[in-house]
Amino acid sequence: MKERTKLLWIILIFLASYYIPWSHPVVRQSGFEAFMMLQEYAREHVLTCLIPAFFIAGAISVFVSQASVLKYFGSQAKKILSYSVASVSGTVLAVCSCTVLPLFAGIYSRGAGIGPATAFLYSGPAINVLAITLTAKILGWQLGLARAIGAVVFAVVTGLLMVLIFRKDDAARTQGQIYLPDEEGKGRTLLQDALYILTMVLILIFAAFARPAEGSTGLWPAIFAAKWYITIALLILLGFMLKSWFTRDECKTWVESTWGFMKQIFPLLLGGVLVAGFMLGRPGHPALIPEHFVQTLLGGNSLWANLFASVAGALMYFATLTEVPILQGLLGAGMGKGPALALLLAGPALSLPNMLVIGSVMGIKKTAVFCSIIIILSTIAGMLYGVIAG
Amino acid sequence: MDIKILGPGCPKCHETERLVREVVAELSVDASVDKITDLMKIAGYGVFGTPAVVVDGEVKSVGKIPKKEEIKTWIEG
Repeated sequence: MKERTKLLWIILIFLASYYIPWSHPVVRQSGFEAFMMLQEYAREHVLTCLIPAFFIAGAISVFVSQASVLKYFGSQAKKILSYSVASVSGTVLAVCSCTVLPLFAGIYSRGAGIGPATAFLYSGPAINVLAITLTAKILGWQLGLARAIGAVVFAVVTGLLMVLIFRKDDAARTQGQIYLPDEEGKGRTLLQDALYILTMVLILIFAAFARPAEGSTGLWPAIFAAKWYITIALLILLGFMLKSWFTRDECKTWVESTWGFMKQIFPLLLGGVLVAGFMLGRPGHPALIPEHFVQTLLGGNSLWANLFASVAGALMYFATLTEVPILQGLLGAGMGKGPALALLLAGPALSLPNMLVIGSVMGIKKTAVFCSIIIILSTIAGMLYGVIAG
Repeated sequence: MDIKILGPGCPKCHETERLVREVVAELSVDASVDKITDLMKIAGYGVFGTPAVVVDGEVKSVGKIPKKEEIKTWIEG
């Protein structure tokens, strides 16, 4: 951080402390909501959802070979393969902006070109394991599923549209040697890796299994009653896999990379939950921003509400995963389901600072077209989802 | 000797830069260590992943934090 930025922060915090009427009932209620929301997260989501998801993200980043995915982005790669891989590879490659932007610049200027590059740029942040899990857990599986499907479909459509619009200048790219991350030899088969990650995903699903509706019969209540036994059995299975398939060093790098994600994401999420709680409150509890305000702007499923949600999402910067508590607050304050999906689809992939960086790579014109495509698609998807989900 | 660390400024890139500088100091070789954060320049090296280390124009490692022994062999070799 630059010294000038530090000074700016100190002045801002000072002014806030000085002028905010802390004893006003609305501000007190908002402060209370911030910590109630934080407690809800700590009690309901951290142990059963976030921690297992961090371990999965860590495992993916260490054990899934990046080189095997990235070779589909070379300039010689088949186009169809490039697009399909670009639209889903966010799950394995992109949990951190460290990977997304350099990779995007590389694919754009040296590799498969503008189509797969923009497809990847879009799907990367939107489809990572952590984001989808948390969306499904907190905002409901319907929205989680819609987000995952939307992200994959949008990625391909956006990529294809970009190629269609900018067919000509695609040829001007530089040719040259491409360096992929080193492929490291390992002693496991693909099946073993897949089983290992599958076991962890199952642990996540069972540990976070929601209480079925009162009075329902059949499979769900039975699973719910047995969920801790299943989880423990799966944990033991995971322990055996680790002992027999992985070396000590590999386990160490796995834990290190999980710890890396936790360090990076927990503080951001803590801040995001506090801010969302302060501004919007838990569902059913008003806070600083009046509910009728949210309802007028984002309620229902009108074209205007969806468009507003898309544009706001595109401009705003959401630190990794913080879009979830913010959306939870908005939904509680009366936002429609359609606009919620629109915001989720336009939000994480785009932000004002992000646009500036993308602009420096592919120019203002292409960046503007890229952003417009995403805003329009998000609005349409929001309206469709609003009609289906009611 | 001319060493470049390519990375937009994430924790992994800082760690890589720190290790390289440490090795350069330990071996007390005459080397300039530069950090490159400009995305288009990074892409210009053709690396598909950061952090990457370039020694005298040759790409040595991509997409991971290199080990100290590896860095030593690049500088001595």
